[in-house]
Amino acid sequence: MTDSITETQNEYLQSIVFQLNNEEYALPVSYVGGIETMMPITRVPGVPRYVKGVFNLRGVVTPIIDLRERFDISNYENTKSTRIIILQINDVEVGLIVDAAYDVVDIPKSKVEPSPDVIGSVQVDYIHGVAKLEDRLLILLDMERVLNIVETKEQYQTES
Amino acid sequence: MEMNEYLDVFIEESKEHIQALNSNLLELEKDPKNMDTVNEIFRSAHTLKGMSATMGYQDLADLTHKMENVLDAARNDKLDLDSTIIDIVFEAVDHMESMVFDIIDGGNGKKDVSELVAQLKAIEEGEPIQELKSNGDNLASTESTNTEAQMIPLSSLDEFEITVLQQSLEKQFNNFHISIKLDEGCLLKAARVYMVFEVLEQMGEVIKSEPTVAELEEEKFENDFAVILITQDDQDTVKQKIMKVSEVSEVLVSAFEMNAAAETSQMEESAQSSENKSAPVSKSEEAKKQNTSKTGQLTSKTIRVNIDRLDALMNLFEELVIDRGRLEQIAGTMKDAALQETVEHMTRISGDLQNIILNMRMVPIDQVFNRFPRMVRQLAKDLNKKIDLTIHGAETELDRTVIDEIGDPLVHLIRNGLDHGIETPEERVAKGKPEKGTLTLNAYHSGNHVFIEISDDGAGINKEKVIKKAISNGVIEEDQVATMNDSQINQLILASGFSTADQISDISGRGVGLDVVKNTIESLGGSIKIESEYGKGSLFSVQLPLTLSIISVLLVEVGKEKYAIPLSSIIETAIINNKDIMNAHNKQVIDFRGKVVPLINLKEIFEVPGEQEDDTFHSIVIIRQGEKMAGLIVDSFIGQNEIVLKSLGNYLTDVFAISGATILGDGQVALIVDTNALIK
Repeated sequence: MTDSITETQNEYLQSIVFQLNNEEYALPVSYVGGIETMMPITRVPGVPRYVKGVFNLRGVVTPIIDLRERFDISNYENTKSTRIIILQINDVEVGLIVDAAYDVVDIPKSKVEPSPDVIGSVQVDYIHGVAKLEDRLLILLDMERVLNIVETKEQYQTES
Repeated sequence: MEMNEYLDVFIEESKEHIQALNSNLLELEKDPKNMDTVNEIFRSAHTLKGMSATMGYQDLADLTHKMENVLDAARNDKLDLDSTIIDIVFEAVDHMESMVFDIIDGGNGKKDVSELVAQLKAIEEGEPIQELKSNGDNLASTESTNTEAQMIPLSSLDEFEITVLQQSLEKQFNNFHISIKLDEGCLLKAARVYMVFEVLEQMGEVIKSEPTVAELEEEKFENDFAVILITQDDQDTVKQKIMKVSEVSEVLVSAFEMNAAAETSQMEESAQSSENKSAPVSKSEEAKKQNTSKTGQLTSKTIRVNIDRLDALMNLFEELVIDRGRLEQIAGTMKDAALQETVEHMTRISGDLQNIILNMRMVPIDQVFNRFPRMVRQLAKDLNKKIDLTIHGAETELDRTVIDEIGDPLVHLIRNGLDHGIETPEERVAKGKPEKGTLTLNAYHSGNHVFIEISDDGAGINKEKVIKKAISNGVIEEDQVATMNDSQINQLILASGFSTADQISDISGRGVGLDVVKNTIESLGGSIKIESEYGKGSLFSVQLPLTLSIISVLLVEVGKEKYAIPLSSIIETAIINNKDIMNAHNKQVIDFRGKVVPLINLKEIFEVPGEQEDDTFHSIVIIRQGEKMAGLIVDSFIGQNEIVLKSLGNYLTDVFAISGATILGDGQVALIVDTNALIK
């Protein structure tokens, strides 16, 4: 039993899929502590623009990052489907604002490709790769880089 | 038996004590009149007796007990020590040693020492000492000695206690003096004592106990203790109830006669001082005992609680505080009298509860500071320096866990300041400074931090010397120097393997000290900063987190945002007219009670969205940090509030001028302004 689980974990990346600006992104499910609906946010002065502030997550003051700002997406607005994904990476806990959060998907490792180099586009370091699943294209994020945490990176480690 | 884990400790300590006995006896042989040596020996013997009795090595305990009696007699000038007596004592120590070695080899420490015991007894009975007479056959009469000695003298009672006793007599209550003896084999004595006290307190009130409750809890007594009890029950009932506690072998209940006690107190006191464990300094010790029992009276009973449980209690209470705020708000809007009354009542109760919970964990830093004056005096003497120590903010409270850790680093810093900082009187006079150096300790709260500053008016840090030393010791490379600023250079003296003293001294070590200081403080989640002016002095500022705390704040509104300003840093609030604002060097200042105070517009500092309004009047919060003041311009005051300090988490560290956050009654987060950062 346990063997088969580790087997799955070795071959698949269990990921949460969420939507930003009509694109689908994925991040490892092991980072996710929960998904919340939008809540009142208190702005914190003097922090990067994409840090929206802090909010009250059941008694814990939690910083919140707007991925739409982080990815320089303009013209966004909060809708009914806007969600906060709570991330726990090492001992850092943050919330991520996304347009919508969906299901958990097992992404076969073999399907993960490095992000395509498009001439003229700005290379960003926080994209780990892309995965094509049937008709879906998932962008895999390197969360430590998204959050600018320089720490050990175990998940999504490139093997080659 | 779970004694095994203590056996190692017992063996180690016994060896030490026997070693001490031997060397001190040698001293005594040379100078039999030296009472200090006798006292040393007595103390070692006494400790050994207590330990061996606890561990159940009765022969060893008997032998040491007899030896102790002889020494006690000598100590009280009732017996002259001559060489024959010392020889016998030596022999006794030899026997003890062999018993201890037997125990080490896994034996039971049994040995026939009756002859020696008889000899010792003969010596001690050579003198007609009242309380020693009864020491003849072991069990029965030691009891009576002890009960007698344990009789609480009236003189040990303070005025308050005597008044209480007198009042109880007037009210027809009974004052009983109760001597309680526990079984010899009783293992958990403190637990038994606790049970006895529980029984006693069901019946009435314990006015006094001998030894004190604290000593009883630490098992610093043998098998018996005495209490004075006020009760309505009669003598027999009291006795029977106490006897119900298991492992109590004997209970003596007698009426505590105020007058009789006064008469016999003289005699009793002499008896007690000789039975007293550490009578060498018997007067002061006695006085100290009385002091502790006096102050201990109110906080008499303590239990040890795991700090994790206190943490859990604290967390739950924090939630309660948030809900309390919410309830207050609801009650405010509903305007229902009954609800408001209930909420007010609840607020009061939870306020008391809050004080209790916080006080459980907080201790004034005085506990650490109070040992410094003596230390500084001693060091000043050793170093031939003249030093004034001033202490501010000793009442500043810190979390217990922090208090426990902060002592050693502070000692290091003070030693460093005395040794390397303050110059000798001659040097100081030559430099035109007062002969006496000043060392200042200052503790205060700021935001969710506690600052402890150690400043001296000594030589200050010689940066050239520090750089040279750092390079020669390989702490830094030569080419790094150019890029370093003053504070980085100062920080170098905290690096390991660094010592700026020309000569290594005993006082402040070999340059490992400050390195340890830095590590300890950082492990507590704090930081240390050094300011120094060469020739003028240095300031070591230790910043420590106040991990958990509920503080009073003033909630203010800036734009649409709410901020909390700690009440501790606020002097007052004011509303000022636009025309009172003056410009000094492009900075807005006001004249506040004769002082020029700079203004800080929170809206600008915090980049609050919204228009800058051009009001004629401004709400100002005057804050202070040390000597400096500033006025914060806000939009409006909301009111005073008790809030729970929370950190912003590990992701947002070092947010400028924000020391933390709190959750308001409506569930929203408000940021706490770090006034400290604003004034710098």
